[in-house]
Amino acid sequence: MKPTAFKYVRADSIEEALSVLARYGEDVRVVAGGQSLGALLNMRIVTPPIVLDINRIVALSKVESGRAVVTGAMVRQADALSNGTIRRDVKLLALALPHVGHYQTRNRGTLGGSVAHADPSAEIPLVLATLGGEIELCSARRVRRVAAKHFFRSALVTSRGGDELITALHWPRATSDVETAFFEFAVREGDFAIVAVACAFERQAGRMRLGFGGCGDVPQVVEVSAPSGINTNAVEEIARDLSKQLDYRSDLLASANYRRSLATVLARNAMIASLEKARAYA
Amino acid sequence: MLEVEAGAKTTIHFTLNGKPAKAEAETRMQLADLLRHVLKQYGTHVGCEHGICGACTVLIDGRAVRSCLIFAAQVEGSTVTTVEGLAGELGELNDLQMAFRKHHALQCGFCTPGILASATQFLNERAVASERDIRDMLSGHICRCTGYTGIVEAISATAQNRKSRDKKQTSTEKDE
Repeated sequence: MKPTAFKYVRADSIEEALSVLARYGEDVRVVAGGQSLGALLNMRIVTPPIVLDINRIVALSKVESGRAVVTGAMVRQADALSNGTIRRDVKLLALALPHVGHYQTRNRGTLGGSVAHADPSAEIPLVLATLGGEIELCSARRVRRVAAKHFFRSALVTSRGGDELITALHWPRATSDVETAFFEFAVREGDFAIVAVACAFERQAGRMRLGFGGCGDVPQVVEVSAPSGINTNAVEEIARDLSKQLDYRSDLLASANYRRSLATVLARNAMIASLEKARAYA
Repeated sequence: MLEVEAGAKTTIHFTLNGKPAKAEAETRMQLADLLRHVLKQYGTHVGCEHGICGACTVLIDGRAVRSCLIFAAQVEGSTVTTVEGLAGELGELNDLQMAFRKHHALQCGFCTPGILASATQFLNERAVASERDIRDMLSGHICRCTGYTGIVEAISATAQNRKSRDKKQTSTEKDE
């Protein structure tokens, strides 16, 4: 057995989970899909006194569509990928999901777990930030919603309180006016992205939101104007300018300079792809 | 709500390869270790133990899952299928396993049980398997012997064989 000994608590309802979090707070690690936490436990990078299993909480696996698409924290990535509502109304997420881990890890990994883990290279937090989505947090004290841009604080650090549980993610619905694209570069398919770029182009407004993952410690989102009929030279100039404004980290895989170069190319490709979908490209 | 203290054992009931199974495990024991160390089912191989290599992949309720990243206690009430559950009662290989043999889809065999689990779900989900989709699914497994070519061929051939077998069955039914 590789992890250190821990007390295991399996909650059957959100209320039960919140009571455990209220009582033990920071001593608890919540396990959703366990595809990141399991590795951290096995390597003893984390050694929590208590592991709270939320896999049996049925209420956390729903996908609901209203003004926004609301996905329960326990919606598995594989189920999200085949969900009709998500494919229709949150296209950018549907484009990004095939890049999340592997076929096998998506069977288990969840949308909420990926957001809670907040890996700098993760696709799901990047898409949520790019679309201007929100994270719903519950505790025994209150329910609150936090915008993605305020939620991700640093690598693996979020603004979730010790007694809070991520219960749902709120994804703004894509209108027919919005065209999206998602590109990433990784050493192998399914590996952590060195750089990932998400793009949402609002045709009418002639505006683009570009999200950059893997570059700095948190997803970075910028808005640029992209008038109809924009040409390659202009797109390339925007990509170059944008990529100069971002933060980059260096690690064993890539230097900050290399990441900036990738961000430029992927931003260009993502912009052109979404413009082509909108037929707004000269 | 179930609460099990650190170091204490819990009893887990589940279905393993079609038969009821019952075992005791500490909360921190992964399914892979339960299968090998407690139930002495050595078909499931353990490689990296952090979800990267794919060797330990088994089917849980029909889905390919890393057995090193799921605690034994979490499979309570589930149906688990390992490579031991793919062959028939007398050990005769199933069509996918036969195709692996025919197409030289294994050499040392360490990665094979995991790949067979993934390929089983993959083929159950679709009638047509493109090479791209097969390779995408295989990106979750590491094989250091074959270069993957034989594995892709074996899975592709199995999909085609099942399709033509299903077609034959349908046309026989029509004839009757």
